[in-house]
Amino acid sequence: MFPRPIQSRSSNYQLAYKILVPVALFIWLLPLLAIFMTSLRPAADINTGNMFGWPSEFKLVENYLTVFRESQAVTYFFNSIKVTIPTVMISVSLACMAGYALSIYRFRAALPLFFMFVAGNFVPFQILMVPVRDLAVQTNLYNTVTGLVLFHAAFQTGFCTLFMRNFIKALPFDLIESARIEGVSEYKIFWYVVLPLVRPAIAALSVLVFTFVWNDFFWATVLTNGEATKPITAGIQSLNGQFVSRWHLVSAASLMAAIPPVAMFFAMQKHFIAGLTLGAVK
Amino acid sequence: MKKYRQNQQCSAPWVFLAPALLFFTIYVIFPIFRSIWISFYEWDGIGQATWVGLANYVELLDDDRFYTSLKNNIIWLVCFMLAVPAGLLVALFLNQTIWGMRFYKSMFFFPFVISQVVVGLIFSWFYNPNFGIVGKVWEYFGAVPPSILGDERFVTYGIIFAGLWPQVAYCMILYLTGLNNISSDQIEAGRLDGAKGWRMLRYVVLPQLWPATFLAIVVTVIGALRSFDMIATMTRGGPWGSSNVLSFFMYETALSEYGFRMGYGSAIAVVLFMIMLVFIGYFLWVMYQDERRT
Repeated sequence: MFPRPIQSRSSNYQLAYKILVPVALFIWLLPLLAIFMTSLRPAADINTGNMFGWPSEFKLVENYLTVFRESQAVTYFFNSIKVTIPTVMISVSLACMAGYALSIYRFRAALPLFFMFVAGNFVPFQILMVPVRDLAVQTNLYNTVTGLVLFHAAFQTGFCTLFMRNFIKALPFDLIESARIEGVSEYKIFWYVVLPLVRPAIAALSVLVFTFVWNDFFWATVLTNGEATKPITAGIQSLNGQFVSRWHLVSAASLMAAIPPVAMFFAMQKHFIAGLTLGAVK
Repeated sequence: MKKYRQNQQCSAPWVFLAPALLFFTIYVIFPIFRSIWISFYEWDGIGQATWVGLANYVELLDDDRFYTSLKNNIIWLVCFMLAVPAGLLVALFLNQTIWGMRFYKSMFFFPFVISQVVVGLIFSWFYNPNFGIVGKVWEYFGAVPPSILGDERFVTYGIIFAGLWPQVAYCMILYLTGLNNISSDQIEAGRLDGAKGWRMLRYVVLPQLWPATFLAIVVTVIGALRSFDMIATMTRGGPWGSSNVLSFFMYETALSEYGFRMGYGSAIAVVLFMIMLVFIGYFLWVMYQDERRT
């Protein structure tokens, strides 16, 4: 292990370390703590300038209720869900198939096509912006949830295919070979042999794509403009304008937006990290 | 029968690839070429597009906003790279087994999971000279607090600092997983040879961490060039365009109150794309070398 295990050091050193870690964590998460404390405060604290001290009263429930009552936050929240869930399902399914095709079969186009998916995944969004928006307008999908889902699904397919292909490539090829010798059709091999084996990859991709799409802000602003379709990230932005200097409400709304991906992360931590490291760093 | 099976082995990959290829071509590949094409037109997005040849690019060369954005993009690239060593440092700090370490590690990773819009909001509030933390600290020392987001000299660095927070978390997690997999034999061998501290890190640990480092560099470069959310939430490119970057400048030109100049916007996007292409080319080359070895 590197650095040297702390257990081999003097007990003073160990104690210092055990104190230092929580202190460092506290400083690291200070911005989040501050926003959380602010979401508990009454408006009076904000007005009197008590931004970082102990709240004079706890108004957690009231603040969140005010956000619900005075804004479209609930609509935004459900819009985000309506965009995110179908995107995850489409992009992960497409990637399972594409990843299978690119890893199991040896054909000349396999590597170039794989690199195309990888490269597409890295392009700046702005090079896609004008045509994608125009396409959405032409097909009457501008300012609809469907329009957002189709784009996100297509774009995330690049990343998912990259991950899936590498994952399937690392599976033992003998399994497929012996199924072929048994006379199992290619489609059945995919369904009965490969799919059960890639379940961890599906889990990893689902949590990651969920987080990416949930947190997307750019496409939410480019492809929607109405209250009825706006996802939460774009919604927070307009709430910020609406609740000028009512920081307790902005904080409450921001925390609300952060809850689903955070819950997802803590529930599926192992898969999440496996996904982020692309399986390349094991 | 044999013939049929061989046929299936030839056609199956294309059947499996078709849906993904279709989606990806319509929404990613084709739009890239269409953007390049549009950059030769003057177009408001609705009416008739007029061919103007290279005029958009010529105009770009004479546009101060373009140079400010380009300069800021370079500052972003350079400063954002700090996330890689910083992430390594945090990972080395946390790579111990004490009670509760798993919890600490995941809490350190926390900032990466939150939307950048939220991170941007938190920091713009922190930076506020009247009631933010910066204001409080400066007042405590009896100084006049600077307006970080209102001052052309500090604004870009202020936003980058906020952006580094989640990015360091990301690099940290890459390094933590990397450190977890280091061969302990080599570390022991190194110890026997008397290597420790910096020399151990430099000659034994870092070479083994190369996959993590490579990935950390890739995601940090992409993150730096994609920076948009933070700028949109914190300053909208201000004050007076001094914190603009190409991605936001493009958006502003093509889709905002400053007019719908799709052609000019696309020209900016093409420049950004070309910069990114250099890095993408390098990444693909490294990946290709890996592929050939296996």
